[in-house]
Amino acid sequence: MLLIPCPHCGNRPELEFRYAGEAHIARPADPSSTSDQDWAEYLYFRSNPKGLHIERWRHVSGCARFFNCVRDTVSDKILKTYPAGQPKPDLEALVKEAGQ
Amino acid sequence: MSDVMTRRSAFEGLHPIEVVGAVTVAPVPYGTRFSFRGDSKAASACSKGFGVMLPNTLLKAESDDGRTAISLGPDEWLLIAADGEVEALEAAIGKALNKQHHSLVDISHRNTAFTVSGPKAETLLASGCLLDLHLSAFPVGMATRTIYSKADIVLWRTAPDTFHVELWRSFVPFVWGLLEEASGEM
Repeated sequence: MLLIPCPHCGNRPELEFRYAGEAHIARPADPSSTSDQDWAEYLYFRSNPKGLHIERWRHVSGCARFFNCVRDTVSDKILKTYPAGQPKPDLEALVKEAGQ
Repeated sequence: MSDVMTRRSAFEGLHPIEVVGAVTVAPVPYGTRFSFRGDSKAASACSKGFGVMLPNTLLKAESDDGRTAISLGPDEWLLIAADGEVEALEAAIGKALNKQHHSLVDISHRNTAFTVSGPKAETLLASGCLLDLHLSAFPVGMATRTIYSKADIVLWRTAPDTFHVELWRSFVPFVWGLLEEASGEM
């Protein structure tokens, strides 16, 4: 069983969690003045990287909070989780810390 | 058509689960239950109305005089009290909060509960619960929402060999059936 470190509850089994897509995607403040291209970018286009990916997860069968998670899409290793609303972490520093 | 609504237990017609000397699963009598949401200031006000301190650390249960407050998330608590206290508690908590921003929802008829007790209680729950239930990892007074097989439950350890399991009443036949099956291996 893969354990996911919830920033509120600590290490918990992955079956308690739901994936919720890429993190730090801000809705345009004024949709009516946003161009169709920018709106489409916001709605549909995601980075889909091979490597580090910052994504949202929800601990639905636990504290039920959304939080953000830095995961390597190749190794599935989770480098960091932090509560929603906090700024993006420095990915280079995280990689150094993890000794990769 | 009858115009009298009768309350029916979610445990009606289920076989009792008891393995002598190992484990007993027993329904808990009806109770009053609330889901409380709010920030820490609202929670401490709610504590005054409820009569039990709402724990401000996660995964904890506080009990006093038959009432229990369990912290499920950073701004979410489950309140449990004796049956028939809905109106009195709503009034008391509402007064204590004095229009502070919060949400208090009566879930007395949605939730039900049973206890799992005995020297093999941990083993029986481990048949469907993924957490480490050893006393060192899940001490007395710890409580959390988690899953049993596919059903959401709130698991609360009330004594070294006793767990209180809180769940939605419609999940009872599913969970009970799996526990019955697992108890055959005790």
